[in-house]
Amino acid sequence: MALEQDIEVLEKNNIIVSTLDKLWNWGRAHSFWPLTYGCNCCPIEMMAAGASRFDMARYGYEVFRASPRQADLLIVAGPITLKMKPVVERIWAQMPEPKWVVAMGNCATSGGPFKDGYAVLPGCDSLFDVDVFVPGCPPRPEALFHGLLELKKKVEGKS
Amino acid sequence: MITLSASELMTINIGPQHPSTHGGLHVEAVLDGEMVTDAIVHLGYVHRAVEKIAEGKTYVQFIPYTSRLDYLASHLPTLGYVQAVEKLMGIEVPERAEYIRVIMAELSRIASHLLFIGSMAMDLGATTGLIYCFRDRERIMDMFEMTSGQRMIASYMRIGGVAEDVPEEFYPAVGSFLKDLPAMLKEYDGLIFGNEILQARVKGIGRLTAQDAVAYGVSGPNLRACGVDYDIRKAEPYGIYDRFDFEVPVAQGGDCWDRIMVRVEEIVQSARIIEQAVNGLPAGEIKAKTPRILKAEKGAEVYHRIESSKGELGYYIVGDGSEKPYRLHVRAPSFINLAVLPLISRGGLLQDIIANIATLDPVLGESDR
Amino acid sequence: MSQILQDIQTFMGDKIEVSQDKHYTCISTGADNLPALLGRLKEIHGFNYLANLTAVDYPDRFEIIYHLHSIPANHKIMVKSSVSREEAQFPSTAYLWPGADWQERELFDLMGIKFQNHPNLIRILLPDDFEGHPLRKDFKVKG
Repeated sequence: MALEQDIEVLEKNNIIVSTLDKLWNWGRAHSFWPLTYGCNCCPIEMMAAGASRFDMARYGYEVFRASPRQADLLIVAGPITLKMKPVVERIWAQMPEPKWVVAMGNCATSGGPFKDGYAVLPGCDSLFDVDVFVPGCPPRPEALFHGLLELKKKVEGKS
Repeated sequence: MITLSASELMTINIGPQHPSTHGGLHVEAVLDGEMVTDAIVHLGYVHRAVEKIAEGKTYVQFIPYTSRLDYLASHLPTLGYVQAVEKLMGIEVPERAEYIRVIMAELSRIASHLLFIGSMAMDLGATTGLIYCFRDRERIMDMFEMTSGQRMIASYMRIGGVAEDVPEEFYPAVGSFLKDLPAMLKEYDGLIFGNEILQARVKGIGRLTAQDAVAYGVSGPNLRACGVDYDIRKAEPYGIYDRFDFEVPVAQGGDCWDRIMVRVEEIVQSARIIEQAVNGLPAGEIKAKTPRILKAEKGAEVYHRIESSKGELGYYIVGDGSEKPYRLHVRAPSFINLAVLPLISRGGLLQDIIANIATLDPVLGESDR
Repeated sequence: MSQILQDIQTFMGDKIEVSQDKHYTCISTGADNLPALLGRLKEIHGFNYLANLTAVDYPDRFEIIYHLHSIPANHKIMVKSSVSREEAQFPSTAYLWPGADWQERELFDLMGIKFQNHPNLIRILLPDDFEGHPLRKDFKVKG
């Protein structure tokens, strides 16, 4: 009670009170740096999401980095095939903490239409923890935004 | 001349994760300083076992998988597949459906070439080119969404015709797109092709001779850029392509610049075909009456090929009397076109490998199947 | 086209069988005769473009199919050959059409068909440590 009254007084005088965690999470959630990774059809919709009509930049997520050392968001767009499996594992391991994973599309979620074959893993959650699954084949750019905004809520601790 | 021993050569891996739109392509470049002595291509990172899956699906169930082969021009592989099955089973397609198929196929070709321009510009460093091309590609995506409900992977064609008729709003959309196309291309001329740096990076780079191209089985714009006038729409017309008046652009040099210019001119020619098809679109049925369960005769086989935006896309199907194919092989142009990458990269610089990959325009979904 | 067939029949004698379907003329021959036949078709009759090279796994044999085109003359022809499943070997044609190189590697990778005198017969689409040849009919896909 006394603490809340103190905070009210401070806010009236234009002083924001917060915790460091909240500040860091606010910063991270508003500017994910995705990795340019994808095989197959889903990255084309990811690129369309980054292009001017849908515009990922208005959320702050347009800084695609080529090197996993500089990225904090791995959007797994596309199926994980047998040959790609060690590559994805390595890329994920090379990303520094804190990092998040969004599984984009049916192939990354569950193997998608190629589940019956011998060459596609049934989803990328067998390799690492996935934070958000975005279903669709391919998901529309708006669906990808919905997924990213859910991730934002998760990172800020609001979901 | 000094010859270097193997220990002085350096191997750099380009891919399979790299900031390019071509998916999981892995090129192992063996370098002497900055000069490429060999470029070994490793494929298979997007191998999804499509041919094996086809043996477990009916002919109709396989249609969605075809769009996922060449996903940049998604109606073209579907067109090739349904025509192959129709050839196998002797099904005739109504006139209106044939015209709609041509319109969709040529729109897909334009969409694929627009993305080619954008991604080529981005690969060579001009990121803005990608944004412009995607803006224009979105108009085609809207047209696909109007007719089939899906933007990119449409699965719109059926064995015997197409799934739905085109709605009323389709005609003004196509009309305005075709009207704006020359202005779009002029903009790309000023922004992308007229840029001296881009020209320096592609002119004279990655020369492919006509003899090598034919020997390797290269097809499509890559072949025509070497001076070989061969387009399946003219050489062995399928559907109703023999009714349309269009030219086949051919260049003589076989370098990256020619490969780009051939595709730009193809956009113009595809627009001509679309205009003629829209003006000549007859009324009528959009799908032939076919049996509920489509079966091919035992021992029946067909090899049907179309001119896809990447080259000759062929389907070899063997029937076994049931509703599922016994064997389905996709002759993927990107798989075969990529075989010349080491040939044209040797002796060039490391940066030219990127220009070569970009202008060969491979789609890894199709190449690895 | 009939001239070409006449010449091939004279050249190969009774080692070949010619058949015709709606779309392609087909020449079938034994695997050992393939280099001679394909060489003649390419060098003398101008079939310079190998459109497609694939194979089918039948219960009693492997059948290989070549679809050849002549770009200058706009001809097309199909060549087939079969070997038993135990043998599973064909001569490589990469020396005639370099485009056959990767297509033969793909057949080796997915079907386990070997090609004699191939410059680099290793897997192309599957990882090197993959066991088995998936496009064979007896390959069991684990659910």
